[in-house]
Amino acid sequence: MMSARLRLLLSDLIRLWKQGIAIVALLACGISTLIMSTTTIRSLEASRDHYYSHYRFAHIWASLVRAPDALLEQIRDLPGITRASGRIVRQAILDFPNSPEPITARLVSIDTPRFSPTSHSSDQEKNKDHEFHQELDDLYLRQGRLPRVGSLTEAVVSELFAQAHQLQIGDTLLANLGGKQQAIEIVGIGLSPDSIYVVQPGLLLSDNRLYGILWIPRENLEAAWNMEGAWNHLAVELENESDRYKIQSQIDQLLAPYGGTGSIHRDDQESHARVRDELNELRTMAILAPAIFLSVTVFLIHMVFSRWIMQQRERIATLRAFGYRTSEITWDVLQVVSVWIAAGVLLGTLMGLQLARWLSELYKAFFRFPEVFHLPFGWQWILAVSLGAIVATLGAWSGLRQIMKIPPALAMHSGALPSTSTRWLASWTQSSKLSAALSPTLRLVLLRALSNPWLTSLSILGVSLGIALLILSSFFEATIDRVLDHQFSQSQHFDFQLAFDEARSISAIHEVSQWTGVQRVEAFRSIPVEFQYRTSRERLALLGLDPDSQLLKLLDQNNVAYLTNTTNGLIITSKLAEKLDVRRGDRIDVQVLEGEQRRFSLAVDQVFENYTGPAAFIDRVSLHKLLREGDRASGVHLTIDPHYQNQVYQKIKDSPFVCGALNRQATLANFRDLLGKSTGWMRFVNAIFAALIMLGVAYNSALITFSERARDLATLRVLGYRKNEVLWILLLELLAITLLAIPIGIPLGYTFAYGMISALDSDSHRLPLVIDPRTIAYTLSVVALATALCCGLVARMATQLNIVSVLKVRE
Amino acid sequence: MSRENHPLFRANQISKWYPMGDVTVHALRGIDLELYPGEFVVILGASGSGKSTLLNILGGLDVPSEGTLHFMDWNLSDSNEIALTEFRRQHVGFVFQFYNLISGLTALDNVRLVTEIAQSPMTPIEALRLVGLENRSLHYPAQLSGGEQQRVAIARAIGKRPSVLLCDEPTGALDVKTGAIVLEAIARIHRDLGTLVVIITHNAAIASMADRIIQLSDGRIAEIRENNSPQPASSLQW
Repeated sequence: MMSARLRLLLSDLIRLWKQGIAIVALLACGISTLIMSTTTIRSLEASRDHYYSHYRFAHIWASLVRAPDALLEQIRDLPGITRASGRIVRQAILDFPNSPEPITARLVSIDTPRFSPTSHSSDQEKNKDHEFHQELDDLYLRQGRLPRVGSLTEAVVSELFAQAHQLQIGDTLLANLGGKQQAIEIVGIGLSPDSIYVVQPGLLLSDNRLYGILWIPRENLEAAWNMEGAWNHLAVELENESDRYKIQSQIDQLLAPYGGTGSIHRDDQESHARVRDELNELRTMAILAPAIFLSVTVFLIHMVFSRWIMQQRERIATLRAFGYRTSEITWDVLQVVSVWIAAGVLLGTLMGLQLARWLSELYKAFFRFPEVFHLPFGWQWILAVSLGAIVATLGAWSGLRQIMKIPPALAMHSGALPSTSTRWLASWTQSSKLSAALSPTLRLVLLRALSNPWLTSLSILGVSLGIALLILSSFFEATIDRVLDHQFSQSQHFDFQLAFDEARSISAIHEVSQWTGVQRVEAFRSIPVEFQYRTSRERLALLGLDPDSQLLKLLDQNNVAYLTNTTNGLIITSKLAEKLDVRRGDRIDVQVLEGEQRRFSLAVDQVFENYTGPAAFIDRVSLHKLLREGDRASGVHLTIDPHYQNQVYQKIKDSPFVCGALNRQATLANFRDLLGKSTGWMRFVNAIFAALIMLGVAYNSALITFSERARDLATLRVLGYRKNEVLWILLLELLAITLLAIPIGIPLGYTFAYGMISALDSDSHRLPLVIDPRTIAYTLSVVALATALCCGLVARMATQLNIVSVLKVRE
Repeated sequence: MSRENHPLFRANQISKWYPMGDVTVHALRGIDLELYPGEFVVILGASGSGKSTLLNILGGLDVPSEGTLHFMDWNLSDSNEIALTEFRRQHVGFVFQFYNLISGLTALDNVRLVTEIAQSPMTPIEALRLVGLENRSLHYPAQLSGGEQQRVAIARAIGKRPSVLLCDEPTGALDVKTGAIVLEAIARIHRDLGTLVVIITHNAAIASMADRIIQLSDGRIAEIRENNSPQPASSLQW
């Protein structure tokens, strides 16, 4: 039979169902964001690590101009190297039959399975394909097969690129290989561990429509670029990563005579770094969001609990008078909390697992793995339950301490004396001239807020955290917008950036300027260099620009322009200045990593802050002088007459020397599309979560006011106060809490946002913290909606006030 | 007392019943009653006799299920919630058994709560003076005795200069001595302001203060007695 105490407990649970729901919902939000982030991190890490190890992700890569196969043997013989593979990697313009715009692709050579082309069993072929491996950064075939020996025009295409263009096995596209248009047949769709995330050089984000990877039989690329028996891209697997610096310098030395531009380690590899940055972002979210939710849950449990125990003082005192031990009563109370906590943890875990699944789907737009492991059972369960227990204990703690202090013979007070602050306020309002201005209801609200300042502050802080979460979940859009606007609208004024296959003379520039529809052409010279200042070194491309460059402007965050013609020295980004630890006026050693490998020193003339990573610029003519070369260009920026767009597209596709094209407008549109899709959903979930926080806190606060003040409010009604006047007392408090929370919540949100931005500050980009009116407007609208909803609930509650019954009982 | 005047309240065959599940509880059964300006009326009755229901209906907290109730020319039995609130706001002063003071407000502020919404109120300190508590205006309810709290409640009720002062067991929570002081305060209000006072109580001793005693039993008026020589509160014993 159910004990009387247990029955009491059940009745309490039923009576406190509204508060219970709020606590369960908030706890569930906290636990679910935690489970979502940790599960996704675990699953992404496991998927990545499995992929890396099974498809032999290399440790070191290096680009060079051309090296003979024999050199590869030499590299393989270096101690500490287990595998080395030499590939041909080029960039080319593709021509899709149905798409007028030129599309750029990275072409990567692959070794093809050598078996008889007369074999007809397709299953057998497929199996053989799967048994055939690239030495390093092996291909995973999602569909189709590898190109066969002899079938030079076959290729495997990267999965996200294929998806963006709805490419199917058997489709054909045209590629400009070394100046010759060639029809390429797609026989496979795949991915490699060095291209989990594919990004066009020079861009912040991936654009899977305008940039992709084609894996093409080595023989085909050899023929197109006269690379027989040679390679221009090295991948190396190390036995032990601790030797990496030594091995890297050995490789650099070996490759230097062959135009090596310096090796890079995994840490700097684009795809690896992007996945790592994303995991770091998730880790930040895994701490920040649950911390917000769980601390609000602690507040809420505290609020509800302290109030409940205040109401139950007499009952607890009676039980104690009967001889119950404090521990027994404490245990009863803990049971009520543990029911909520258990429900919150369970619900949160289930929600979190579902959210993790959705998040994994979302990541598919950016990252591709052969398979994504869902690992729902891990340490995060223990973490979730422990956190739930901690939240419960922290929240209930002060309530439990109150229980210990309740004497068995509880004095039957007719009402407690108000706190000092309340009395101070009362005397102040009476003595000051303000008293005439303060309506009695307003004074009641003030008195009520000050009579329990702790509860009021907690309510304000709780709502502030909800507002902070809204800012945190929506500020990023403005940040990305600012970066995109700065890069694509303020700095860049070209329609196209064309990359040449090698540094070309003035005649190439002249040729481009003669294309029908081309309005303005500006050349740029880009050269790989290594900067050295004291002990710091940094490799990057030094960009030589024309002094009157209009199509690419060097702008700082405030859109102040920096001109190369005012100086013979370097203009560098602050990110580079930081990495090299240089200041304006310092001289840096520059080692050119191309051609004659010249070495010179240059003064830093300007340092400017922008949103890209390390970058350095110089006047183009000065660069030519330093390189002792004539007027040459690595590529051009151009604007076109929109009426002649298709003609220009065709020229780009047909040009024998253009190997890459970046369409500014299309890239921007694709970025926005991708970001819109990926951020919209998360924003929606977060808005609901944040609204829940505000509802939970504000509504509970109103519930407490209502239960504490029901008798007073009923008295006021009897004395002639109108319904709306009484409702106003409740709503005023709610609105005051919300209004006071706004100036706390917004700066708090931006503080969290700053923390997040700082955590995301990486080598490739620096994100600004943008305080955008639209973010604040959005936050305030959600706040207004949640408050309106809360007011509605309170109004409903107030209409249920039964005047007569409340008055009949003694408080 | 001015019975020659028009009555303030005119109840005509009012009944009140509440459905309670399958059964209907009859609280009042066909009450006919007239209450006049300046009268001191005590309604006596045992628990469940319907006196609280009658007080609620007179005070505009409830409406009869049947019959009509007029306050002057105002048909209260036909009034909606909003109209009843206005009626209470302008014309009714309530005194409760458990005082119902707002604990966070001083005595003065408790009175001000009402004077600030009334049309032609007295000043809060004036109201407190009428109950002899002008010196304790800045005390909080917890700092006052039960009798003092009830007197603050009376000051709060009369601060608006109501047409009728309705008292629900005003001495129910008090001892004899304190109760007498509270009743004395009510009598003084009645005497000085000429307000119609209606007290409901099960304490028959209070009846000797009244001009008229109405005995309720089982939802009906069992007896109406005139009292030609009302006694002062100080002489009461129970």
